[in-house]
Amino acid sequence: MSEFVIELVDVVKRFATPEGNEVTAVDHVSLQIRHGEFFSLLGPSGCGKTTSLRMIAGFEWPTSGEVLIDGKPMGRTPPFWRPVNTVFQSYALFQHMTVFQNVAFGLEMDKTPASEIKHRVGEALEMVKLSGMERRKPRQLSGGQQQRVALARALVKRPKVLLLDEPLGALDLKLRREMQIELKTLQEQVGITFIYVTHDQEEALTMSDRITVMNRGKALQTGSPVEIYERPNCRFVADFIGQANFFAGKMLAFDDQGARVAIPALQTELIGQPVGNLEPGQAVAVSIRPEKVRIAQEPAFGSNSVRGRVIHTTYIGSNTHVLLELAGGVRINAWEQNKISTLDPKAYFLPGQEIWANLFPENVLILPED
Amino acid sequence: MAASTRGTVLKKRRLSLAALRESTTAQGLALIAPTALYLLVFMIVPMILVGILSLMTRGPYGNVVYRLNFDNYTRLIDPLYLRILMYSIGVGAATTLITLVIGYPLAYYIARVPARQRNVLLFLILVPFWTNFIIRIYAWIMILRTEGLLNSFLLNLGLIKVPLDILYTPTAVLIGMVYEFLPFMILPLYTSLEKIENAQLEAAADLGARPLASFLRITFPLSLPGITAGSILTFIPAMGMFVVPDLMGGAKTILIGNLVRNQFLTARDWPFGAASSMLLMFLTLAMTLYYTRKVGFSEDLLV
Amino acid sequence: MSEKKPSAWLRLFSALVYLYIYLPIVLLVIFSFNKQKLNVSWEGFTLSWYQELFRNQQILLAIRNSLTIALVSTIVATIIGTLAALALQRYRFPGYTLTESTLYIPVIIPEVVMGISLLVFFSLIGVRLGLGTITLSHIAFSIPFVALVVRARLHGFDKSIEEAAMDLGANELTTFWRVTLPTILPGVLSGALLALTLSLDDYVITYFTAGPGSTTLPLRIFSMVRFAVTPEVNALSTIWVATVFLVLLIGQMVQNRQR
Repeated sequence: MSEFVIELVDVVKRFATPEGNEVTAVDHVSLQIRHGEFFSLLGPSGCGKTTSLRMIAGFEWPTSGEVLIDGKPMGRTPPFWRPVNTVFQSYALFQHMTVFQNVAFGLEMDKTPASEIKHRVGEALEMVKLSGMERRKPRQLSGGQQQRVALARALVKRPKVLLLDEPLGALDLKLRREMQIELKTLQEQVGITFIYVTHDQEEALTMSDRITVMNRGKALQTGSPVEIYERPNCRFVADFIGQANFFAGKMLAFDDQGARVAIPALQTELIGQPVGNLEPGQAVAVSIRPEKVRIAQEPAFGSNSVRGRVIHTTYIGSNTHVLLELAGGVRINAWEQNKISTLDPKAYFLPGQEIWANLFPENVLILPED
Repeated sequence: MAASTRGTVLKKRRLSLAALRESTTAQGLALIAPTALYLLVFMIVPMILVGILSLMTRGPYGNVVYRLNFDNYTRLIDPLYLRILMYSIGVGAATTLITLVIGYPLAYYIARVPARQRNVLLFLILVPFWTNFIIRIYAWIMILRTEGLLNSFLLNLGLIKVPLDILYTPTAVLIGMVYEFLPFMILPLYTSLEKIENAQLEAAADLGARPLASFLRITFPLSLPGITAGSILTFIPAMGMFVVPDLMGGAKTILIGNLVRNQFLTARDWPFGAASSMLLMFLTLAMTLYYTRKVGFSEDLLV
Repeated sequence: MSEKKPSAWLRLFSALVYLYIYLPIVLLVIFSFNKQKLNVSWEGFTLSWYQELFRNQQILLAIRNSLTIALVSTIVATIIGTLAALALQRYRFPGYTLTESTLYIPVIIPEVVMGISLLVFFSLIGVRLGLGTITLSHIAFSIPFVALVVRARLHGFDKSIEEAAMDLGANELTTFWRVTLPTILPGVLSGALLALTLSLDDYVITYFTAGPGSTTLPLRIFSMVRFAVTPEVNALSTIWVATVFLVLLIGQMVQNRQR
């Protein structure tokens, strides 16, 4: 048994557009997914995440490169011979069949004996809490229930890998949150590898063991949610996952706290953590997340401290979002947690207030400019 | 030996299956092939043959002599035939206009009643549409003939002293044509009117349009594709129709459809019949193209 | 469209149009039960015209011919036309636009043009006119109608259900039989119903492609009504209208249940 249940080796997928042009949907992507992992492909629409998933499922074949399932190269194996199953974005339930018939379909295709089919379908429906709905037709179910049927239909075949293509996209926010937890629990319970395609970064962070962030057909970074959020390896990842303030800068030199960068707009130098291979003199993007900007009356010891002024504040309950203008007219966002309960407006900052923005070196990331 | 041959055959079959699986172009071609072939043999080739035939010469005994000849087309300019052509266009146009005037308000009405009622009303339009058209003509013959129901009704009421001669007149042909083609006009009109969203009309009202303005500026322009489809579906078959003139117009009414039929079956001048048929075909194709280009046309109005 | 109440004038007008559409049909039906042969005035109720109808060997033969032709041409045209609809809706291939526009020809050109083309074709290749040539012709004009109807129903087809079937282990053929066909079946059935009606209804093309002994029902009715009015035709018409009414009603009910 291979260490990786799914491997993509330098996979490229090009499509011909109806106008006769060629678009590269997936551009030299390599991935290695372990047994039992909850793995997410995250990126904006059109980034190639769904195409990658469809190549694993067998609906598309790579233009070049190889998809391996359990160490076996798939080549042009059609979907019905692959040991993976898919939960579709539109659910793709068979409208002319009952819930039972939908879930039983895959087992019938495997020529499973009728008694076993009955037993396993019952189990699968119990697992997704749909017992008693066997004889309903899909259109008699709510969106959430249809989603569960799609899940049961794919899981009942006990695939090596379950592929999920934005399965929660059509549900409302509350139901989506519930389903996220349920899916994660289910995955741990059955121990099957899940590959989850989503454009919702919060969803990916909540559920995944590891995430690959994709953009324009390229896999930019693969790592745990903490790695992706705290140590993004490029400007796109930092920007797409959560929010970030950026300064354009130039690498000066490495030192014991990290590296020094010149920020022309701020007319100052900042110390931060270099990510990836950076050379002195190189153009870089310096990023700091809003919740990591500390607003104070005084400059803090050991911090990059920049003088600034409050422009605008937005109170959102748990936090106050503060828009600051720093030296040279650069504006950044800072989020202050509201740790004390008070009605005093001064506690939430006032426009015009002169302050210091403390950017601690461990919170400042120096990324290669895209 | 046999086994290995079978092996190769199987492999070949598997290969061709794989090729079919991989090439969507091949799949599309495989699916369209029966239709393309069938229509080629039983529609395109016959039409080309008619085209060729129209350039041939009629022999002395009604046979076809294969000698190139453009007389069949020049004969069509003869005032006798030109009159038939103009008359056919006139009957087609009159039929279209009358069905439009009757059909538009009705389609508009059906599109505005509540959904349940709408289904019933549509159903009632569909029944005659799906009923045999000779039966529908027959119903009118029964009513219109000299000793028919209309005359006996009017005589009994004392409204007339002598039976009216309606059957076997151009009026009768028009009555029959309108009755035949009314559903063909109503259905596309209804489809296009039904598609108009209420919100658009509400927006018009909101912006100050009174009912008439809202009809003229919103409803009517949006129903133009339906008018086109309905007119094409009425005008063209009406112009080529020979059954209604045969049954209701007596020998007096000859449309271009009758002309074509007569050349083939009674006058036995196939080349001239073929030429008239070509004329009819080009006329209809040209008209269809002109209108569809001009107004736009969506196929779902046809069926 | 708006559900605002249509005006009284519009209601009245519409009622009159329905009267215009149905009065002839209702009279047709009533007089099929009339004792008087000349069908001029009502004389009394009788079912004898129906009895006579079923004793008329010529009519029975015509019915048999019509049904045979309609059945064969409907089956063949439905299969071929459905494949074409799938091809046009889902695939792009060389000659796409050409085939697509060719499909509209029989819908648009007058029937008489197609009728004489087929007559010329069959006589030039020397085929004897009869049930066979009629059936071949009916298939030709039915294919485009089936293809257009089925294609219209394919517009909202969600291709991912086929992918789902394959994903669950069904090969292309199984996917077609178990998932694609059942899903598009309502469209295919309405295409078939249209083909059936067109075939049973057709006079013009049949007229040009029929030979001795292959008289169909419309041809027989035509020759019966050409010079005379006879209650037998009323009886036949009544049966026809009633059948159409029932078939359409069942079709509507099936459709409503599916919704």
